[in-house]
Amino acid sequence: MIKTGFFERNLKYIFPLPALVLVVMLMVFPVVYTVVVSFTDWTLTSGRPMRFVGLQSYLKVLQEPRFLAAMGRTFSFTLSAVFIEAVLGTLLAVILNREFAGKNGLKLILLLPLVATPVAIGIVWNLFYDPTIGFLNYCLSVLGLPQSGWVSDARTVLPSLVLVDVWQWTPMVTLIVLAGLAGLPQEPYESAKVDGASNLQTFRLITIPMIMPTILTAVILRGIEALKTFDIIYAMTGGGPGYASETINIMAYKYSFEYFNLGSASAMLVFLFMLVLLSSLGVIVLRKKSEF
Amino acid sequence: MKSSFFRRVLFGLLLLFIVVPTLFPFLWMLMSSFKSQVDIISWPPKFVFTPTLMNYMKVFGEQNFFKYLINSSVVGASSVVISLILGLPAAYSIARFHQNRTAMFILVARLMPGISFLMPWYIIFSRLRLMDSYTALILSHILITLPVVVWVMSAYFETVPLELEESAMIDGATRQYAFLVILLPLSAPGIVTATTLSFIFSWNNFMFSQVLSMEKTRTLPIAVYNFMSYAEVDWGGVMAAAFAIMAPAIVLTMIFQKYVVKGLTVGAVKG
Repeated sequence: MIKTGFFERNLKYIFPLPALVLVVMLMVFPVVYTVVVSFTDWTLTSGRPMRFVGLQSYLKVLQEPRFLAAMGRTFSFTLSAVFIEAVLGTLLAVILNREFAGKNGLKLILLLPLVATPVAIGIVWNLFYDPTIGFLNYCLSVLGLPQSGWVSDARTVLPSLVLVDVWQWTPMVTLIVLAGLAGLPQEPYESAKVDGASNLQTFRLITIPMIMPTILTAVILRGIEALKTFDIIYAMTGGGPGYASETINIMAYKYSFEYFNLGSASAMLVFLFMLVLLSSLGVIVLRKKSEF
Repeated sequence: MKSSFFRRVLFGLLLLFIVVPTLFPFLWMLMSSFKSQVDIISWPPKFVFTPTLMNYMKVFGEQNFFKYLINSSVVGASSVVISLILGLPAAYSIARFHQNRTAMFILVARLMPGISFLMPWYIIFSRLRLMDSYTALILSHILITLPVVVWVMSAYFETVPLELEESAMIDGATRQYAFLVILLPLSAPGIVTATTLSFIFSWNNFMFSQVLSMEKTRTLPIAVYNFMSYAEVDWGGVMAAAFAIMAPAIVLTMIFQKYVVKGLTVGAVKG
């Protein structure tokens, strides 16, 4: 037996250790801290020390109509954005899943919204949405349709933000599904051809079932990202007009850094953690399933 | 023959329906950045106008833009380098010893909402007198870049055959030597992917700097956002700033297109 050094024998612990220590310090510690603060009534503005009040912050937050509305908004924003992105993204992937001149150029164009700075994107869309000088109201007027207030109108602000999210993230679903389609085995298609299946039948009975796990993973990943959307909403509306586009994320931010009401902010964050962790569990289960 | 011609026209039209809406916001931003304020607020919107460099001169001249540019670059580069030093060995270990739980743990950092770390960081960094310091900002950005490095690289190492390391180890090399000298040079494409993608994510981050940095360490996204919140919006200036901040990410993407696609889709397609 070859004798190996201490470092090499314990390599599997030593190699990941520094990264793990850092993540624990930067992530786990703050999360625990947040959970602890959520059981207090700590506000930075009052100047008195924090006091443990049990579940009071949670009860207060849950009775706050503004929070319940923010929660509902978070769900409707996430669900509608991700649903549209999944359908549209898959459709585009199926259309693009062939060889044609300029395919690489097209993929590059699809990448642009994904790598562009969200704050800058939000600002560009604000110019589009501007009620008096915006391009979109110009389009409406050319078509003879009534003008819209877009993000400055409480009734249209949420759909307008969903539209920006769809513009930015549909390409992500397309690229993931395209990569999935490229990796599909060829045999089922050959036997379908032998059996005389039509194109539509092949698509419905072979492509869709085989690509489903990839679509689901894309949907969950997008769902998690959409739940935490911050930059675009904060830059475009700041949660307004009024509270009309305030999601949990934006509200928790305001409670932390504008009102300095840390107890309530932490309770909101714990709700957001739980939503994200539940969705993450979905990813883990799916990954386990698709491995075998 | 005829039907194939029609199909090609139809396909071309479909492509147009994809390309035009995707590109249009970028084109509009670029056009507006060369317009004078009068041209921007004119109705109906102008497609033909006399271009001016005024907006860019204003952005690069008055607004401390270069300071913020350097801040963004320093924070991005430092957090990426530290993430590579810590993340490459971790990714290797995850790939070779199948440490799935370690992988999941680090992945959670990518999935958690950033705001959930911010409030505690804000308090701790204030107590340590590290507000508005590069240390605080770089540490926070590592939580963005490290998971990307580990995620991309553990998937990449799994595709590199074991034999190369094994034969080096049979010849008497240690495992860490085989990793450093044999495996890492072979993994250049993966490292390029991880570096590009994590740098872009750090470059684009808004929330962490918004809270942790003030005048001294302010990064570009904050500068662009602040441009917006003046009483009357100087649209031309904002668009020039928006384009200037996006340009590096777009150039990196053009150069490393193949890698960026791989990095974004890795893990979603059979992990």
